[in-house]
Amino acid sequence: MTAATVPGARPGPGLRGRLGRGVPYLLLAPGLFWLTVFYLIPAIQMFTYSISTGSVETGYSIHLSADAYIEGLSKFGKQFLNSIIYGGLATILTLAIGFPVAYTIAFRGGKYKNMLLFLVIAPFFTSFLIRTISWKILLGDEGPILAVLKHNLGILPGTFSVLGTPVAQVFGITYNFLPFMILPLYVALEKIDFRLIEAAEDLYANRAAAFRRVTLPLALPGVFAGTLLTFIPAMGDYINAELLGSPGTRMIGNVIQNRLLVQNDYPVGSALSFILMAAILVAVALYARLLGTEQLTG
Amino acid sequence: MAASTAGAIGTAPRGSLWQRMERRVLPAFTALAIVYLMVPIAVMIVFSFNEPAGKFNYTWNQFSLDGWLHPFDWPGLGDAVTISLLVALISTIAATILGTMIGLALTRYDFRGRGILNGIIFLPMATPEIVLGASLLTLFVATALPPLRGGVPTLYPTGFVTILIAHIMFNISYVVVTVKARLAGFDRRLEEAAMDLGANEVTTFWKVTFPLILPGVMAAALLAFSLSIDDFVITNFVSGTTNTFPIWIYSIQRNALPVQINVIGSIIFLGAVTLVGLSSIRSGRAARIR
Repeated sequence: MTAATVPGARPGPGLRGRLGRGVPYLLLAPGLFWLTVFYLIPAIQMFTYSISTGSVETGYSIHLSADAYIEGLSKFGKQFLNSIIYGGLATILTLAIGFPVAYTIAFRGGKYKNMLLFLVIAPFFTSFLIRTISWKILLGDEGPILAVLKHNLGILPGTFSVLGTPVAQVFGITYNFLPFMILPLYVALEKIDFRLIEAAEDLYANRAAAFRRVTLPLALPGVFAGTLLTFIPAMGDYINAELLGSPGTRMIGNVIQNRLLVQNDYPVGSALSFILMAAILVAVALYARLLGTEQLTG
Repeated sequence: MAASTAGAIGTAPRGSLWQRMERRVLPAFTALAIVYLMVPIAVMIVFSFNEPAGKFNYTWNQFSLDGWLHPFDWPGLGDAVTISLLVALISTIAATILGTMIGLALTRYDFRGRGILNGIIFLPMATPEIVLGASLLTLFVATALPPLRGGVPTLYPTGFVTILIAHIMFNISYVVVTVKARLAGFDRRLEEAAMDLGANEVTTFWKVTFPLILPGVMAAALLAFSLSIDDFVITNFVSGTTNTFPIWIYSIQRNALPVQINVIGSIIFLGAVTLVGLSSIRSGRAARIR
């Protein structure tokens, strides 16, 4: 602080002087009010509905019943499993694609670094739905890719299709979240002091060993952040399942959306949302332990 | 590790293999990945010049400027775009103000609970969008049902106001994080200098602090705007019968896929690219001057 200034050097007490310690609280109040009313209270409300019975017509009353949870888990186990498998697969794929890309941009990007980063985030400038519809066009049974492979090259049988299969769905999810993986990886890799890698090589590590022993451990926070940024939304995704998948490949997001918006079944919809949240928290905790560093988020 | 002793003998060939990979394979792989990222955008733009044979703009038929000449020629589309722009504009302004204030409090002041709040502020970003949307809907529904009915303002049926509420909510955290990142590198001595020269706190804020954090605030606003205008998942839960552009696309795509979707998507894309391009040129020039 400015404790060293001569007493009386400032003309009168400043705002901080007059309001004392209130300033930070005044700054926080409106935003935190909004988040309390429209983030925290909805979560509480959703929990209340998940243990309630009743209907929209009669209103709901809290019964401390786990019926909605039991119903949700027993009826929609398959959709939960789909979410975990497809979301997990897509996360692994984005990591496999994203790491080399982030590595190349960070270490070999040179003067093209900013342009490459710009290209990575360019998909954000178009609507998520339009991009997914574009894949629907591209992957269609008679779309530009399959039509060539089927009719012009004759590699694939005429009945072959990708759309409506888990492959198309995972492909779409991977596409949608790839930038979320590349950006944190890039940030982590870019921060690495290149002299550390040179030091490893001076100590007779070859490039591969230096990569394994120096670069990779230092990039772990980026891997952690990127994985979470991909896995969490991928688990809850329902657009790719709806546009690129089929009824059999529906994920839990489709069920939640259907229960809440179509059937007005608030208890089960709420319970499913809570189970999804819990599943994600458990997955994140396990993953953090697996990577084995507590200061990953720092 | 054993690899280092084994590697000592075969250092040259293994090293060169790695180097060859770094020099050839990685750039090629990156180029492919970028093509993968660009392809749907290219499809969107190319198909905006299509004249679809039927109701669905799925297969290439024939070149046409029809969509570009009549970009809003589809019932409800113009309204949806207007609502999207309005929601994005208002929610951006509100979230930027609220978020910047929280960002300032978190970086410039020491107060009880700051550490916890620094973590809590990430929560809305870490919550899956579908859960955010679902929980907001349950709150809005509850305001119209007993026991809440009559006690609080009713927010159901959902519509423009609830969309706005939701967008402000999910944008606040993003603004806080962006503004905080900018404030982290802030030289506080500049403010102290201003105060030593006789400026009070308010003058110091507007003459020194605010101009310095303005680029961060603008970046936050840009992010908030783009998140808002593209949001589908949360909006879908809280929009009722009101359509934003993404909601409109979602509801029409089962029955038709008009070329206008591609046209407006392309306009938004080109507009955003131009905006970012201009701002990066400007900041590049500012950096050179400095």
